[in-house]
Amino acid sequence: MDQLIIDLAAILAAATPLIFATMGETISERAGVVNLSLDGSMLLAAMIGFAVALTTGSLLVGFAAAAMTGAFVALILGGLSLSLGQSQTAVGFVLALLCTDLSSFLGSRYVRVPGPAVAHSPIPILSEIPLIGPLFFNHDPLIYTSFVLVPLIWWFLFRTRAGLVLRALGDRPQTAHARGVPVVRLRYLYLIIGGALIGIAGAAYSLDLKQGWSYRHTFGTGWIALAIVIFGGWQPWRVAIGCYLFAALQMLASRSQSVIPGLPTQVFQVAPFVLMIIVLALVNLLSSPNTARHITRLPVRLRRPAEQIVAWLSTPAPTALGQPFERP
Amino acid sequence: MSSEPRRSAGPQRGLIFGGVALLGALLFTSLVLLSSSVNPLEAYRLIFLGSFSSPIRMSDMVMLGAPLILCSAGLTLTFAAGLYNLGIEGQMIIGAVAAMLPLRLLSDLPVPLLWLLAFACGAAGGAAWALLAGGLRIGLRVNEIFAGLGLNFLASGIALYLVLGPWRRVGQASSSGTQPLPTDVWLPTLDKLRLAPAAPIIALLALALIWFAVTRTRWGLELRAVGMNPQAAGRMGIPATRRLAESFAACGAMAGLAGTIQVLGVFHQLIPSISSGIGLLALLVVLLVRANPVWVLPVAAAFAIFTVGSLQMPLALGADSSIAGVLQGAIVLFALLGRGLSMRK
Repeated sequence: MDQLIIDLAAILAAATPLIFATMGETISERAGVVNLSLDGSMLLAAMIGFAVALTTGSLLVGFAAAAMTGAFVALILGGLSLSLGQSQTAVGFVLALLCTDLSSFLGSRYVRVPGPAVAHSPIPILSEIPLIGPLFFNHDPLIYTSFVLVPLIWWFLFRTRAGLVLRALGDRPQTAHARGVPVVRLRYLYLIIGGALIGIAGAAYSLDLKQGWSYRHTFGTGWIALAIVIFGGWQPWRVAIGCYLFAALQMLASRSQSVIPGLPTQVFQVAPFVLMIIVLALVNLLSSPNTARHITRLPVRLRRPAEQIVAWLSTPAPTALGQPFERP
Repeated sequence: MSSEPRRSAGPQRGLIFGGVALLGALLFTSLVLLSSSVNPLEAYRLIFLGSFSSPIRMSDMVMLGAPLILCSAGLTLTFAAGLYNLGIEGQMIIGAVAAMLPLRLLSDLPVPLLWLLAFACGAAGGAAWALLAGGLRIGLRVNEIFAGLGLNFLASGIALYLVLGPWRRVGQASSSGTQPLPTDVWLPTLDKLRLAPAAPIIALLALALIWFAVTRTRWGLELRAVGMNPQAAGRMGIPATRRLAESFAACGAMAGLAGTIQVLGVFHQLIPSISSGIGLLALLVVLLVRANPVWVLPVAAAFAIFTVGSLQMPLALGADSSIAGVLQGAIVLFALLGRGLSMRK
């Protein structure tokens, strides 16, 4: 039981960078812009955040530098796609590779240099509560922030007027424009805020989880974060669940090596990726008109729960996601 | 996530913007070099001319260029169809794995037949892996970018499993690679060099074939029509779904051939990182040349020159060789910038 609590707490901690990255991407995609540079952006921010924290001796300045890096990459993506009409996919992909190589080149002198890291700080009194204490209140400030971030983003998106406008940018940009919303300017704003969160995700690796910098430090997780946002149907809670599931699977992967000797460990390492594809395919299958027709043939008693399950699973992408906005 | 089918404004203007983009990229890369206190002139001498400094370097450059041309040529097909085939790395890996099958199972066959089988299996393996992404995209509407990325990770998992498991080296399992192939099935090389002439020959033949298919056949025309507007193409009687699947399969086959070259001509074994990032580099190439195979040869050659040239950076200048990637990425980014500026009304 104690071991289970320790493991669960470790999963919550391990998912922290993913939470920041996916929440940033969710905001950006809800506003209609795919930030495909995520993986490279995170790496560059991890490197710069670490280098700045090391030279200034201040973690806060390091995190700020990382956030600014992510925001700056997002700004370039915005300039080329929102203002100059280039494909978001193309620009994002190039930025992902470019930032990765930039982080390798500029960061070569910081490889495996010991540096500052966020200190473990259990919250007094709260951390003494059985079960809940060690699970939620025995971490560091960054992890606590990630716990607050998910409900905060949800509240902003679905309970505030600004959040309503944000969702309109992704779903009905023409309508938003007709009602006097500055579509392009606001898309820039949320793209940049999302980029800043992605930058913090990078620093969460180099200044907290992995404590230091090495080549391609986070390699792969940025791409996973992009898949998790789709997996979560652009709903903050479900995206967060996706992050924790992924962290749990990765822990299982590292454990299984000793637990099940006959099984090749690679199975567990690639399982999350395969699972992601299957879920994406399943969600699309369930939301197709064919499925709706099959459901109407079900006995009445099963129809309602089936419809609810399908409705819960199939959350459509923002209608105008990735589309350029042209003034009518 | 559609590619913009708008045409750029005339070849002259395109060349001017291309030149400006190159200058911008060089300026940006120089700033990066200066910030790491590396002399840009010294660095550029290595990046541009390092590949020509010795016959060995030149042969390395050709052996990188060949699979790069194959992948880029294949990607012009998917690009023409309006697809971003990010799964090309995985298609290369599975191609390499498939090429290993006849080499391991039928090693008694005469060597030329074995080569033929290896290339055929490699192409088939790459095509099958690409069709998997294509099926997910066409049948289940899973975005090909994410399907491709997931399948990349899966493919490298499979390669790693084979290297450490069933195909491990006799005696000890090592993640560095499988038992090397017997030397008589290695693609023959020029005297004392690593250059296997078969590799560039296959690459150029494939490139010519794809150039012909895209620009000189009805099939290529239909493919581009599907890329611009699948619905409209369908209404005109073009089997859009079929063309999409064909472009995936053809691109995967090219990647599979590239993977086979990596096995037969470069590494002579299966290694986990058999694709060496060549697929990703090819994606950069195709973002520059778009659906125009004519430019694949010069751009892929230039990128191969940069990559091999910069390999000497750590020894000669104490700087990381990833600067080649910075330059390549910056060129594409500035080209996109130039295209955007030139399309402005």
